[in-house]
Parts: sequence; C-alpha cells; structure tokens
Amino acid sequence: MSEEKKEKKKIVPRKNPMPAQDPKKRAGNFDEVALGYSEDQVVAEANRCLQCKNEPCRQGCPVEIDIPAFIKLAAERDFAGAIRKNKEKNALPAVCGRVCPQESQCEKVCTLGKKHEPVAIGRIERYIADWELANGLLPRETAPPTGKRVAVVGSGPAGLTCAADLARLGHKVTIFEALHVAGGVLMYGIPEFRLPKRVVQAEIASLEKLGVDIQVNSVVGKFATVDELMEKEGFDAVFIGTGAGLPYFMQIPGENACGVYSANEFLTRTNLMKAYLFPCYDTPIKAGKKVAVLGGGNVAMDSARTALRLGAEESWIVYRRSRAEMPARHEEVEHAEEEGVKFALLTSPTRILHNDDYWVTGMECLRYELGEPDASGRRSPVPIEGSEFVMEVDTVVVAIGQGPNPLVPRTTSGLEVTRKGNIVADRETGATSKPGVYAGGDVVTGAATVILAMGAGKTAAKSIHSYLTGQS
Amino acid sequence: MYKILKKEVLAPALHLFEIGAPRIAAKALAGQFVILRIHEEGERIPLTVADFDRQEGTITCVFQEVGKTTRQLGVLKEGDSIMDFVGPLGVPSHIENYGRVACVGGGVGVAPVHPVARALKKAGNEVIGIIGARTKELLFWEDKMRAACTELRVTTDDGSYVRKGFVTDVLKEVIEEKGRIDLCLAIGPLPMMRAVCDLTKKYGIRTVVSLNSIMVDGTGMCGCCRVTVNGEMKFACVDGPEFDGHGVDFAEMARRSVIYREQERQAVEVYGESACRCGCGGGRQ
Ligand SMILES: Cc1cc2nc3c(=O)[nH]c(=O)nc-3n(C[C@H](O)[C@H](O)[C@H](O)COP(=O)(O)OP(=O)(O)OC[C@H]3O[C@@H](n4cnc5c(N)ncnc54)[C@H](O)[C@@H]3O)c2cc1C
Ligand SMILES: Cc1cc2nc3c(=O)[nH]c(=O)nc-3n(C[C@H](O)[C@H](O)[C@H](O)COP(=O)(O)OP(=O)(O)OC[C@H]3O[C@@H](n4cnc5c(N)ncnc54)[C@H](O)[C@@H]3O)c2cc1C
Ligand code: SF4
Ligand code: FES
Repeated sequence: MSEEKKEKKKIVPRKNPMPAQDPKKRAGNFDEVALGYSEDQVVAEANRCLQCKNEPCRQGCPVEIDIPAFIKLAAERDFAGAIRKNKEKNALPAVCGRVCPQESQCEKVCTLGKKHEPVAIGRIERYIADWELANGLLPRETAPPTGKRVAVVGSGPAGLTCAADLARLGHKVTIFEALHVAGGVLMYGIPEFRLPKRVVQAEIASLEKLGVDIQVNSVVGKFATVDELMEKEGFDAVFIGTGAGLPYFMQIPGENACGVYSANEFLTRTNLMKAYLFPCYDTPIKAGKKVAVLGGGNVAMDSARTALRLGAEESWIVYRRSRAEMPARHEEVEHAEEEGVKFALLTSPTRILHNDDYWVTGMECLRYELGEPDASGRRSPVPIEGSEFVMEVDTVVVAIGQGPNPLVPRTTSGLEVTRKGNIVADRETGATSKPGVYAGGDVVTGAATVILAMGAGKTAAKSIHSYLTGQS
Repeated sequence: MYKILKKEVLAPALHLFEIGAPRIAAKALAGQFVILRIHEEGERIPLTVADFDRQEGTITCVFQEVGKTTRQLGVLKEGDSIMDFVGPLGVPSHIENYGRVACVGGGVGVAPVHPVARALKKAGNEVIGIIGARTKELLFWEDKMRAACTELRVTTDDGSYVRKGFVTDVLKEVIEEKGRIDLCLAIGPLPMMRAVCDLTKKYGIRTVVSLNSIMVDGTGMCGCCRVTVNGEMKFACVDGPEFDGHGVDFAEMARRSVIYREQERQAVEVYGESACRCGCGGGRQ
C-alpha cells in the first residue's frame, strides 16, 4: 500500500451534490431530472469511502454487491474494473443507481453516515454503469451449458435478475413477458424523467448477450400455463415474477367517470406508450388543467410530477394522513415540491363529482385528524365531522396501491396463495408449494422496491441452480 | 413480427386478415380477443378472434376502419407484418347446451358472433342467427353464418337486401314466433347491444353482450377498460369481454368510449399529412 493510503483518511462530511435540471424547467419536460456526476465528482465521492474492514454497507445490499471494492476501483478511475466488480452481483446497475432507496439499504448502514452523510453509493453506481453503457458493454463469462431450461414469467427486476444469474450459471433461460417490451414497472411505471427507458433497454440488451431469450407478447396463463410450460414444453423449473400490477380503486361513487385514471393507466399511457409525444405516438392521454392524485407513495409522486409535465396547471397530492406518514421517499417528495406539486394533506375524497357528460368536475372531500397509531405504527387518520368540502378538479389519478394479478395463480395447479392473492414462497429459497416452481418480487411481498425484487430473484436463482444440479 | 398471410376486403373499409400466430391459434376459443400494435409508435388496440385455425396456426380478425390505427391497418397488404400481437385474451364464451339460442350480430359484430354461434351449435343448441348491416354492401359472412347456425335471418337498415329493419325488429319477430328463447347473444355497436337488451329484458331472456371498452394492456393492469355491471366495477379485458347485458351500465359505457374523441380526430388529421413535423422521429406512416 502506498504511503498516502496508510495515513488516516480525512473525513468529508457531506455528499458531493448531484447535478440536476432546474426545477422550473424540468417540470415542463420529460428529460432526466438528475444529470449524473462528472468524472471528477465521482472520484471525489468515491474517495470519501473509508473502506471499512467490517463493510456494513454490504449487509445492507439485498443483491450482495461488494460495495467497498467497486468504490475503491472507481476512486482509482478504473471504471471498467468497478463496473465488472459491481456486475458480478448486480444485473441492473444503471437502474439501481437511479431508483434504489439507498437511504434505507446500503447508505443507511454506511459507517460514515453515523456522524455525517453516508457515501453516495447509488450515485457512484450510476456513474460506472453509465460509463459502461457509453463505452460499450464489457464481455462477461458464463458457465458451460448445463442443458437445463428455465422459464421466467414476467420481466420486472425480479425476473431479469433471476434470468441473468441462471444464464451465467449455464442454464438456458426463456423469459415470458405479457407486454410488448421487457422491464415491468421499470418500463411502464417509473417515469422517463427518473429512469430513461433507453437505460432500461440497454441493461436488458446486456442480459440478452448472456443468452437469455426474451419472448414478449406472451401472457402466461393464456397462451400456455405454468403446468404446460413444465409438462409440455420441457422447462425444468419456473420462476414467477409477475409483480403487483392490479390497480386498487377507492370504491367511492363516481370512480368510473371520464377523467379518472388509475396511476397504472396514467403512467402506462405516458411511459410505456409515450402519450406525451402524441400525436407522433398514437396513444392519447388527457391530463386536465387541475389534477388530483390520491395517495402518498412514490407512485403518487410520480403521477403528480407526470401531470405537470403533461401540461397541468395545478397538480395536487391528496393524502389522508400527514406529511410525516407519507410512504414516498423523502427525496421524491422534495423533488415534487420543488417542481410545484401542491399537497392537500389530512384530506380524502368521499365521492367524485361529474357533469352530465360524465366528465369529472370535482371531488367531495373530508378533512381528517390523526388519532392513535395503527397496526403499521403510523397514526391513523380520523375524519372530522362536518368538514365536507368540494375540491374542484378535472382529472383524478388513483394511486392507492396495487395487488397481485390473479392470472398465473389461478391457472397453476398446486400453487399456494395468501388471502390477498400473493404467492406463498419461502423467504430463504423462493420455493413455492409446487415442486420446481419458485417465485419472488412484488407478487410475493406485495408492492415493494426494485432492489428487494432483485434480491428475491437472486435468491431464487441460487435455489433453482441447486434444484437443477441436484445439490441442496 | 406477425405476418399477414391473407387479406380480404369484405366491404368498403371492412377488412379480414389472417395472421400467423401459432401460439395464440393453439389456444384461442370463441369469445376471446387479441391486442395488436402495428409499429413502434402505434397504440395497442383490441380485435376479436373471428376465427382460428389450429393446424395452420392462424388467427382471423375482421375490422372496420374507424380511426387512425384501423385505417393504418387497412393499408397493410398480404405479406406485411404487424409488430405486436398478443392473446388469446379475455374469458372465452361459456358454451353449454342451453336449448334455443339467438345469436345477434350487427355490422362488424357479425365476425365475433360467428365462432360463438358455431360452438353453441356444436354443443347441441338450436342456434338462430340474426345478422344485419346498414346496407347490402356492408353485409358479410352470410354463408359462414348460415353454416354456423341452425337457421339464419338477415336484414338491412335500408332494405337494400332481404328486408328492411334493424336486428332488434327481427329478434322481436323471432321471439314472438318461437315462443321461447333460452339465451340471447348480441355483439355489435353499443346502441344496438343496448336496444337488444332493452327488448330481451321485457321478455325475461338472459342476454350476453361483448363489451368494446377502450383498452391498453388487456391483462388487468391498467383499469382503463372498467365497466359497471350489476352495480360492480369490472375490468372488461379480464372479467369479460362478455357480460350479463341486463346488468351493464350502457350510459356510462357510451360516455367512456368517447373519452378521446378530440385526440382521435387530431390523430386522423395528422395521419393525412405526409410526415411528422415536430421532429420527434415518430409519426411514421
Ligand atoms: C410508479 C412506480 C414507481 C416506483 N418507483 C420506485 C423507485 O423509485 N424505487 C424502487 O425501488 N421501487 C419503485 N417502485 C416499485 C418497484 O418498481 C417494484 O417493486 C418492482 O418493479 C417489482 O418488481 P417485480 O419484478 O416483482 O415486478 P414488476 O416490475 O411489476 O414486473 C412484473 C412483470 O410481469 C409481467 N407479467 C405479469 N403477469 C404476467 C403473465 N401472466 N405472463 C407474463 N408476464 C406477466 C408484467 O407485465 C411485468 O412486466 C415503483 C413502482 C411504481 C409502480
Ligand atoms: C374486446 C374488444 C374487441 C374488439 N373487436 C373488434 C373487432 O373484431 N373488429 C373491429 O373492427 N373492432 C373491434 N373492436 C374495436 C376496436 O378496438 C376499435 O375500433 C379500435 O381500437 C379503433 O382504433 P382507431 O385508432 O382506428 O380509432 P379511434 O379513432 O382511435 O377510435 C374510434 C373508437 O374506437 C374505440 N377505441 C379507440 N381506442 C381504443 C382502444 N385502445 N381499445 C378499444 N377501443 C378503442 C373508441 O371507442 C373510439 O371512440 C374491439 C374492441 C374491444 C375492446
Ligand atoms: S460502510 Fe460506507 S464508508 Fe464503509 S465501506 Fe461501505 S460505503 Fe465505504
Ligand atoms: S385494458 Fe388495462 S385493465 Fe383492462
């Protein structure tokens, strides 16, 4: 080791700030908000890392990335080495670097974070991933073919990760995806301005290089069932990663009025179908002048920010608890606010009003106050009697959550599901009640995060590998 | 890519495609539909499976040019390909021996009625087919329907062929004549399905309709296709497209189907021009 490395590292208390588009400007376009570090910034940030012996950050990472190792390589400007190190474990670094909630994963437990700001692990990851995409994909080794075939149902982060790991272990993997492109929520849900679709597609292309076959336009349960894939088409194992794609509605009067969207529809039209480029792209969308988004999670923030970009004059988050209880990432709430999204907190609609043509004209709302903490530990909202008022809006986006799509569970024999319809899978192995069938991601846990879905895909890949090679 | 193996022009602005899609053809059943996207910038539109050939691996669709996407589709020739084609979607028609069944098809609705009528006859039903069109030259598949039904009645709105009258006029006569009808299936334009339901309700005849709500994914993911049936919210793409006609909120359905009227008009206008002018790279013809 060199002399300078031995001397005690000078602590830099704060993260290098992320360059971003100006809030006023970006609220009018779909370009990426966070612009990414420059080479000097990434090296400076990587040099903040203490290279701790006990590596707490690694335990915070569901896909077990050797974080200090790739940061060290980045600090040495060996970006090829850094991305190679990262990709030993992570199939989607450009995605993770952008959308992972690092503050509740690796950065949460970073030693530096105890007294100061943690190392901006995600931003470094994003830099090295983008570096590879810009400089051409590096070759990656795969094990010799095993002759085993695995079907992966759904191409969200869970399915993609499972497929990549199995392919690298030498298995022949086919992904079946219902939509016309692979990526799951990464393509249809998370907006272009947070996660450019070309970045997602570039990462998927690197999966195809590993030999993964991706069949789009293939709804499992319709063109073939899981049982048929195994019995008739000769797949030796199946991984189910179909996500939580079924939108919930409020079950209040007026919800079928014209101008009411589920967040899934609103975001799918915009992201997957590129309705923001209508009429050059054929799919239309109608975001009105005054939009109310119901809910307080990331999906709600994305919808409210999307509405602004589609030309809404006012975009409101309508949430029945207070700001402190909002499940959205702090950073997303801040971004939304900077862009001009407004918040109607402790408020919830009881009915959606419409005119004779069925177009939304407003929402009848109630105000709430916070009562005792509920099962989730958050203080539960209690309606204030006599507080009814009308909020005039012309568009309502319902972003109160999603459940699992019942199609695959319903058409697969011997697959145990919970009362809510989630597939029951062993936490440690991903194994379901059906031999040879594994599951992970949102379809098991309910709507969660990209990295947890990826972690589940990775766990299942390990189990499937042992199952196929007879080691247990 | 999915190849158009055969194209037939059934009537002005009314086309038939046979599309190579072996995996869908292997599984398709009467009452199901597909969703297609012509090219990268295209929208996803649903079309009913009008027929299928498991041996040849083909799906037959019949469609009417009503807006930009269906016009663009109409321009395609035999040998051309469609980028995306997914299915079979939706719940298949429930087929059993009901006894005497009336199958009513109006306009382009004749195509989706056909495989259901055929399956119902095969299940032992007495199938009375009733098909109609605005005028003679828009009428198609009379021969196919005759073969699929026990008995076929034909009408035109303007009287240019066989007789003058709406399909509901014929249906009323059939009901009066036969005395008992155990099930009625009606597929066609919304006003027609609604009129059939109003009629059969008076006679207490169970009626099934196939709803053409606007769709995006067709897998239950977006909720765009939601309809109210017997007071409950249903997704037409996964809970339907066939529903109990007497429970359908047709007024709501009609309003929801014209949500994008303004944009649809704009799309057709832009389509008339030679190329996209905004420079986004889209708008390919
Ligand atoms: C708007 C939005 C914003 C989000 N933002 C973030 C964020 O910033 N950070 C974060 O960590 N998480 C975020 N999440 C959550 C995260 O995206 C999900 O937890 C994650 O995508 C789940 O991954 P998955 O692989 O389980 O499923 P999904 O990504 O849902 O993918 C499932 C795939 O399976 C396909 N499928 C379903 N049924 C079938 C079938 N029968 N046959 C074939 N294919 C099928 C679907 O079409 C889909 O492509 C966000 C979610 C949304 C909706
Ligand atoms: C389950 C189902 C089966 C169908 N089967 C057939 C069929 O066999 N033959 C046929 O000719 N038509 C069928 N349709 C209707 C067909 O999908 C529409 O005519 C087509 O989408 C119109 O697109 P466009 O761009 O040409 O017209 P547009 O100008 O965009 O629209 C014309 C009208 O078509 C409807 N429409 C528009 N976009 C969609 C969409 N994405 N999904 C559904 N409806 C839409 C709207 O009500 C609109 O008012 C079916 C629809 C459904 C839901
Ligand atoms: S915990 Fe933080 S400082 Fe320590 S090695 Fe990991 S990233 Fe570096
Ligand atoms: S079309 Fe999206 S849920 Fe039916």
